[in-house]
Amino acid sequence: MNSDRKTPEAPAGYTLKEMMAIAAAREIRDGEIVFCGTGISMLAAMAAKNISAPHSTIFFETGAIDSLLEEVPLAVADPRVMYGTALNGGLAEAFATMQNQFTGKKVIGILGAAQIDPYGNLNSTAIGDYHRPQTRFSGSGGACDVASFVNRTIIFMQHEKRKFVEQLDYFTSPGWIDGPGGRERLGLPPGGPEAVITNLGIMRFDEQSKKMYLAACYPGISPEEIQEQTGFKLDPTRAIVCPPPTATELEILRRRCDPQRLILG
Amino acid sequence: MKPQSDHSRLTTLPEAIAELVTDGSHLSIGGFTINRNPMAAVYEIIRQQKRELHLYAHSNGQGIDELVGAGCVRRLEIAYAGTGRFAPTCVRFRQAVESGELQVEDYSNYQMTLRFLAGAMGVPFLPTRSGLGTDILTKWGFSRKERQQDDRLPEHKLATIDNPFGDWGGAGKLILVPAINPDVTIIHVQEADRFGNARIAGLTFADIEQAKAARNLIITCERLVDDDFLRREPERNQISFLHTDAVVVLPWGAYPTACYGVYDYDPDYLHRYRETARNEKAYQSYLQEKIITPEDHFAFLARQDKARLQRLVADPETGYARGLDRKTQEMTP
Repeated sequence: MNSDRKTPEAPAGYTLKEMMAIAAAREIRDGEIVFCGTGISMLAAMAAKNISAPHSTIFFETGAIDSLLEEVPLAVADPRVMYGTALNGGLAEAFATMQNQFTGKKVIGILGAAQIDPYGNLNSTAIGDYHRPQTRFSGSGGACDVASFVNRTIIFMQHEKRKFVEQLDYFTSPGWIDGPGGRERLGLPPGGPEAVITNLGIMRFDEQSKKMYLAACYPGISPEEIQEQTGFKLDPTRAIVCPPPTATELEILRRRCDPQRLILG
Repeated sequence: MKPQSDHSRLTTLPEAIAELVTDGSHLSIGGFTINRNPMAAVYEIIRQQKRELHLYAHSNGQGIDELVGAGCVRRLEIAYAGTGRFAPTCVRFRQAVESGELQVEDYSNYQMTLRFLAGAMGVPFLPTRSGLGTDILTKWGFSRKERQQDDRLPEHKLATIDNPFGDWGGAGKLILVPAINPDVTIIHVQEADRFGNARIAGLTFADIEQAKAARNLIITCERLVDDDFLRREPERNQISFLHTDAVVVLPWGAYPTACYGVYDYDPDYLHRYRETARNEKAYQSYLQEKIITPEDHFAFLARQDKARLQRLVADPETGYARGLDRKTQEMTP
């Protein structure tokens, strides 16, 4: 959040989904290229562009660069991402933009997953045996590519014990691997996950150990509640209370980004 | 026949599918999740009850799920099986994998794109930095033995190499992704001529790479244009007659997925599809009554609600149906 801005009284009524979208939007820096998935990550990118990062560029793995987004897309291939862009290309160019050493460094990727481990590695493929899974999910899509290439990623998760696990059932997308030097050892480009934004709070990764710690709880949620929903130990000593959405942030999110509440519900 | 620029490749959909897609074919279809899937062709494949298909997909979404649901597919190489907010994981795909009916092998979207590109370029593989250290590299969907039994499959899933140029380019290690050369690729485009030249509006996804990687290419189009139309602005064309085997004129050929600039996706259809797909009995009657019973694409179209189709017609400025009601209470968070 911009510290120089006067924060008006937060309105009493806001949903956790709105809190999540605003929390993610605050992570986006002005001038960044924002890689969006479907759903709440698009809203976060749209909110950031309308609030604190007006010079950010929203772009999609399908090849759309700087979409106008007059209406909320319901998929990254929605025709709504194709209107008023700087360029409509294809997958080959979109992923090359992220692997490219000049443009890739400016990209922040927003991802989601079914499971996350303490180092921010992600599973979006399967629970149980790979060949005969208990639960099968969509698979990587572009997530593994983005997590491999770009400088910073933020990750949306539902905060549940079965989703925050010590050991992934399937390793789809790389985070910090197993700690400092993990990515370099495998030959992956530098960079990695910076924040995990859930329905309860915000987690970050320790500079030294690269392990996830509790950085912020949403108003009214305790560190104990968050630990309860996490399958590994989270260091709570640095946790602050996350500032609630401001009236301005909510107004822009609701009126400008998702007036039909297609994503906000 | 392919290289002739003045040879008409116009045909009908039943003929193109009967001739070029056979049981066991290695197939790829164009589009992405809910956009420009060649749905009319998918439904014709279901009508002709093709079996044992080996399907290559990046995120082809709705078309893949319907082919899997109708029992046409034996093996699937894929990056993402979802239709965005409509079904974050495709329902019939999920059931088929969990029950062991469908063999699936996972890649990332970029890896699949590069695999088609390698096939189109005529090289055996291409390098990328995506996926190092992950299970995508180590977990195979098809065993070595299965790979040896089909000469259209490479012996390995993926490979890693140390950069033969030292640290040139700032990369020490790379993943090599093997080329794909499907027996058939089917794409749906906005405009084509009878010779097989084609123009796509909006995002091209990986359609161009998929088209050029294939032994045989079927192009279905919204609009057949005059012989000299595409030659007036050839820089706007993506695929030439050199690659094309069949051209089929199919208005609404991507329905219920979108075709940018022509019509939007049909939210009602896609929501109802997801709910139907969850119920075996309802799904079987959907297949029989909505897809198989109509004798062709035009009979299928005639059964759709005219007023609903009219609401999907794209606004000429934005390329989609502005203000279309896309909300449903069923929508998952």
